[in-house]
Amino acid sequence: MSYLDNILFAILLIVGFGFFAASVKKIIRNINLGVDVDRKDNPKARWKNMALIALGQSKMVRRPVAGILHIFVYVGFIIINIELLEIIIDGLFGTHRVFAPYLGVVYDVLIASFEILAILVIFAVTVFWIRRNVIRLKRFINSDLNGFPKSDANYILYFETVLMILFLLMNASDLHLQNVPGGYSHFHKAGSYPISQFIAPIFNGTSNELVGLLFEVFWWLHIVGILVFMNYLYFSKHLHILLAFPNTYFANLKPEGQFDNLESVTKEVKLMMDPNADPFAAAPVDENAAPAKFGASDVQDLNWVQLLNAYTCTECGRCTSSCPANQTGKKLSPRKIMMDTRDRLTEVGKNIDANKGVFVPDNKSLLNDYITPEELWACTSCNACVEECPVNISPLSIIMDMRRYLVMEQSAAPMPLNAMMTNIENNGAPWQYSQQDRLNWKNEN
Amino acid sequence: MSESLVVPTMAEMLAEGKQPEVLFWVGCAGSFDDRAKKITKAFVRILNRTNVSFAVLGTEESCTGDPAKRAGNEFLFQMQAMMNIEVLNAYEAKKIVTACPHCFNTLKNEYPELGGNYEVIHHTEFLKSLINDGRLTVEGGQFKGKKITFHDPCYLGRANKVYEAPRDLIQKLDVELVEMKRSKANGLCCGAGGAQMFKDAEPGNKEVNVLRTEDALEVKPDIIAAGCPFCNTMLTDGIKHAHKEGEVKVMDVAELIANAQDL
Repeated sequence: MSYLDNILFAILLIVGFGFFAASVKKIIRNINLGVDVDRKDNPKARWKNMALIALGQSKMVRRPVAGILHIFVYVGFIIINIELLEIIIDGLFGTHRVFAPYLGVVYDVLIASFEILAILVIFAVTVFWIRRNVIRLKRFINSDLNGFPKSDANYILYFETVLMILFLLMNASDLHLQNVPGGYSHFHKAGSYPISQFIAPIFNGTSNELVGLLFEVFWWLHIVGILVFMNYLYFSKHLHILLAFPNTYFANLKPEGQFDNLESVTKEVKLMMDPNADPFAAAPVDENAAPAKFGASDVQDLNWVQLLNAYTCTECGRCTSSCPANQTGKKLSPRKIMMDTRDRLTEVGKNIDANKGVFVPDNKSLLNDYITPEELWACTSCNACVEECPVNISPLSIIMDMRRYLVMEQSAAPMPLNAMMTNIENNGAPWQYSQQDRLNWKNEN
Repeated sequence: MSESLVVPTMAEMLAEGKQPEVLFWVGCAGSFDDRAKKITKAFVRILNRTNVSFAVLGTEESCTGDPAKRAGNEFLFQMQAMMNIEVLNAYEAKKIVTACPHCFNTLKNEYPELGGNYEVIHHTEFLKSLINDGRLTVEGGQFKGKKITFHDPCYLGRANKVYEAPRDLIQKLDVELVEMKRSKANGLCCGAGGAQMFKDAEPGNKEVNVLRTEDALEVKPDIIAAGCPFCNTMLTDGIKHAHKEGEVKVMDVAELIANAQDL
């Protein structure tokens, strides 16, 4: 009979991790739809970024309240997962608190710290819920989040609360049975329970058999909950708990104001400016090459780091709340740029899945169907969104690539910008002044 | 103005067989915009006074291409960049100073990949180095005791992490330097960057420069200092919008230094 439990548990683990692996594979495939960009240079600086920003949460604490509460949840979740290792071993081999005899006092300390973290997580998550649903901070009620994103944020909070409560109830029922006079079944004395000792009295007066059964229920629900939550990541902004690490590693290391120089353009400009170039020479023909597109109109034109950014975005809205265009009521929201990119990428991924691994054009694109030119033209390229992002996402790089498409492929810049560009072309200045007058200021009073 | 400006060009220098210590990149605003020209002249007055050997490109200078690039016209940007690089390399320019953070950013960060490698410094960094080397001494003069706040230009601050040089210079003037609630890495854009200077703003409920000017007026300054000709224009417009032009002035850091010395 007891083997049935172990087998059931093993199946559960295989299914849970199997689905998870399939999701991860899909995410990696989708990210690889992006154009290649080299982000492997300077590994030292990259590891440092990851250690400070993802592991060390250095950018989270720039907003101290959310930052510190986030650290509770983050540390709580990571550390409590050490407990998961014990749960998995217990589940597979039918043991109970398998580490306890080997760790002695250390085990007491571990369990006690898990409990304290669990209560801190519940506290933090409650404050988060209040900020979203009662105080209604502006960035959390923004229209970008209407629909699933708003529910998603709350589902995560509920999930975390339930998991932590189950963890504490599991410990409380265990503790109750540990203290049964004369001992009960396999519940030997192990661990220290600073929080659940206050919960344990609710089991007083309940039969040992029933408490034992409740323990089993809490234990199973807790592990099943974790596996379900893990598989929910794929559909959720909560994916950031994994992707924040690669995302900070591969983030841009160059100065924020340095925009990349398009190589394809460099080639053409050099050819144009080379007096020895034969204007009538046919370009070397590569039959297989798709005509190069300048800038980006869809997710496949973006680079893989930009797509990784989209999957990493946790929709916290710090970017949008610091965006000067957004603060002055313009349509641009850097968060929406990231969410749109992710939504479109998911859609493209589904299209590929439905068509046996090839993308079949669906007459839609990131530009226009998701992001409008009005949003793109409102950007001042000030980098506030990039600076603000706790995980180094750059909405600006996507905005700039899409502007490039609008201007170089569609000649669709706003009229005054066309005039500015004509002036630069003709006079070498954005205004209509002659280059010959550049030094006139010298003699003016 | 007590004395006339001495502004040699690179061509004149070359004709005399000389190479200046530094090439002063004036920029489009500094050359053509009436307000920004005053910043250019203030900076030149300091250079003249401190006997810095410098030269400008004059009529050989052209737009760096920054607004074209931020607007998305990579072609036009690279054409401008390559033409400028040809000129700069022909004069064997090594060190470039500019009072425009947009020119600064582009020359410093985006030209190297296209073959233009120079040491590029913002004029506030250059003035700071003159003080450090003992070539320039600064006292408060007319600004002593005044309340000054500094607006960080995005392309100087966030984009290139130059936060201290302009502040150090302002503090040399024996003034009270007050910070706005949003400053340094958290600074708010003036609203002109990303080629916005050259177009109408998208529909919204306020102009960015008005919002930024409100930030500045909150600390009740006598002077709002800037380090960018575009920020200067935007904030000056903001002051006009708030009907405060009689009380608050917008000045470039170079103007503060030059005026403090009665140059």
